[in-house]
Amino acid sequence: MKTEVKTLDFNTDWEYSPALESTDHIHIQEPTDLFISGEFIPGVRGKYFETINPANEEKIANVAEAEKADVDLAVKAARKAYDNVWSKMKPTERGKYIFRIARLIQERAREFAVIESLDGGKPIRESRDVDVPLSAAHFFYYAGWADKLEYAFPGRDAHPVGVAGQIIPWNFPLLMAAWKLAPALATGNTVVLKPAETTPLTAMKLAEIIQECDLPPGVVNIINGGGNTGQALVEHADVDKIAFTGSTEVGKFIMKTVVGTGKKYTLELGGKAANILFDDAPVDQAVEGIVNGIFFNQGHVCCAGSRLFVQENIAENVISKLKERMETLIVGDPLDKNTDIGAINSKIQLDKIKMYVDIGQKEGGSIFQSPCSLPKMGYWHAPTLFTDVSQSHRIVQEEIFGPVLAIQTFRTVDEVIMKANNTPYGLSGGVWTDKGSKIFSLSKKIRAGVIWANTFNKFDPSAPFGGYKESGLGREGGVEGLMPYVNLV
Amino acid sequence: MQSGTPTYTRNIDQVNAQERVTKLFSRSIKKESKIVALNTVLRMIDLTTLEGKDSQGKVKQLCYKAAHLHDQFSNLPNVAAICVYPPMVPVAKKALNGTGINVASVATAFPSGMTSLDTKLEEVKTVVAAGADEVDMVISRGKFLQGEYDWVSDEIAKVKEACGEAHLKVILESGELVTLDNVRLASDLAMAAGADFIKTSTGKVSPAATPSVVLIMLEAIRDFYKQTGKKIGMKPAGGVSKAKLAVQYLVMVRETLGQDWLSPDLFRFGASSLANDVIMQIVKQSTGVYQSTNYFSID
Repeated sequence: MKTEVKTLDFNTDWEYSPALESTDHIHIQEPTDLFISGEFIPGVRGKYFETINPANEEKIANVAEAEKADVDLAVKAARKAYDNVWSKMKPTERGKYIFRIARLIQERAREFAVIESLDGGKPIRESRDVDVPLSAAHFFYYAGWADKLEYAFPGRDAHPVGVAGQIIPWNFPLLMAAWKLAPALATGNTVVLKPAETTPLTAMKLAEIIQECDLPPGVVNIINGGGNTGQALVEHADVDKIAFTGSTEVGKFIMKTVVGTGKKYTLELGGKAANILFDDAPVDQAVEGIVNGIFFNQGHVCCAGSRLFVQENIAENVISKLKERMETLIVGDPLDKNTDIGAINSKIQLDKIKMYVDIGQKEGGSIFQSPCSLPKMGYWHAPTLFTDVSQSHRIVQEEIFGPVLAIQTFRTVDEVIMKANNTPYGLSGGVWTDKGSKIFSLSKKIRAGVIWANTFNKFDPSAPFGGYKESGLGREGGVEGLMPYVNLV
Repeated sequence: MQSGTPTYTRNIDQVNAQERVTKLFSRSIKKESKIVALNTVLRMIDLTTLEGKDSQGKVKQLCYKAAHLHDQFSNLPNVAAICVYPPMVPVAKKALNGTGINVASVATAFPSGMTSLDTKLEEVKTVVAAGADEVDMVISRGKFLQGEYDWVSDEIAKVKEACGEAHLKVILESGELVTLDNVRLASDLAMAAGADFIKTSTGKVSPAATPSVVLIMLEAIRDFYKQTGKKIGMKPAGGVSKAKLAVQYLVMVRETLGQDWLSPDLFRFGASSLANDVIMQIVKQSTGVYQSTNYFSID
């Protein structure tokens, strides 16, 4: 017998008043120039582009755009610093600089968090509690390795690779800069880093800190620009290693470009993770995990749990709980401390998400969206889920990179493993069960770089991260994260 | 499978429950929303004195305080109830006459519950006859931990019957049940056996109400409502002495159960010193400065 569904009323008389984080204490350089050889300098041709706040479409700053000539300057500066200073420095000294960067990030955590939310649209709660502390943690972690490489690679000599060209995405701008810079510096490489063009500001704030740390000029150079700037960096003959995080499409282009040049490369690309919920899982906590898996950072997460598989006998209950939970998500001003879901990073990304939601409906999926009101200005998308979809639906196959969850059910373990692996991606996955044996068996059989058990989207500097198949190659984080930046002799 | 029997499991993941608590408790409640919350908290308080040395005089003072929280500040609401030991019920009933404030009495050999069922039922009937509007019973934790769930369940049902018209709050004493799995199971048993409210603790065992225990009990209430349509109340007791924590619990209630539970009909705080801290915050919101505790009566 089916019981009647009772509804809860979350539209309560008691509402939370706005709790805005102050922006008084932040300082953004206007214009924001390129950081080359320890100095902030305009581009060779003096071109600037605007970076805007996606929550209200207002301009925040003009940012210098690096042309080919600027890339060349940056690489030359990095080469010089590598040859003359950084590769020769005692590892303990290198470590000191990296520790100093970590401490300064902590000291100025609030400023970083506010700028990250302003420039990228993510809720202040996440930038404050996740992005910034984790960024500092990465520098601390790799600072510790700087003088202990002989323990990371026993019996071998770890030599730096040289000049690393690093290109990072817009979803975790500061954190990705930390992921890239920390291991490169710890192993004795110098760097030219290119942040994403929609989110350059926290990386440039990091440049200020690097300057304040007295890091020798040219060890870290940060240049801004779009695809052309990135391409110039990838194609530059004097770059020894490319580290890229971003789309699979660009990743493939990079692979084609560097093949035969002798450049080392690591790619951290897209994902379409399976989050698998068994009937013996702790349901209420699993629902939190599903929410965190797909709606964290507006779903702009390469390892997001965007494909949910629920065991058939609990599906109705789980989906009803999930919908109810989505009603309590607060969508709005990223600077409000109570905001759960912020703004979509850019117009382009919003259009892409809308396109997929449209495709999902046209292909016959049943849609549910949080009944939230969205601000008029800026780029916003309500948390969305689809049921009645299958492995053949495009919204199940392709990476949407937004707050859109596709739900399927399964009956047996073999079935769900088959479906979880039936994707060109393999970055992450999740399993929810009370049974330890199931966790071990599934994490061996699912081809993904990270499997979370009874949790999701948890990161730690000591844990390697990276993908199988079209999700990329190479690992970042942990001892493994040192590998791409050393030549072992 | 019986109709109405839940088809899902009831394992609780402690780490994730705690994580959810942290998220809920990080809500920033400021300005107007804080004032509304503080006033709501006041209306939800069961002002409590449960000491072996309680005197009639102390109970009378407490009752007066319940209806006159801080007369210097107009428009403050009254608390929901006062909570006392059985011999004090007639005293409290008389003192609260005409105030609309309920009298709650602990019963069933509070706090241990270590006596015969007959004695417990007798005690319940006595306090109800003396005018108690609400009865706070304790479950037999020994039997529960022995796995005698039916026994525990039957006992609650019998106490419920003995309560007659009086509202029954069932104290789980989560500090002795230890695990969240146990808390969840005990909550389910108590609600099915007829509890009108489920309550965390006696206040005599440490830890008393903890945030993750309260969350798990609220989630149990949510599932019970979904299955039966019955709205069961919740009462954290012990350890809630600060306004900030009480407001954080309101956030938890709001985002777990919604509108209907943001009322003294379905949510109470069992506390002795909470009221004064809340009043102090309310006065501060109005005047902009904190006053010394000496300006707030300690009854």
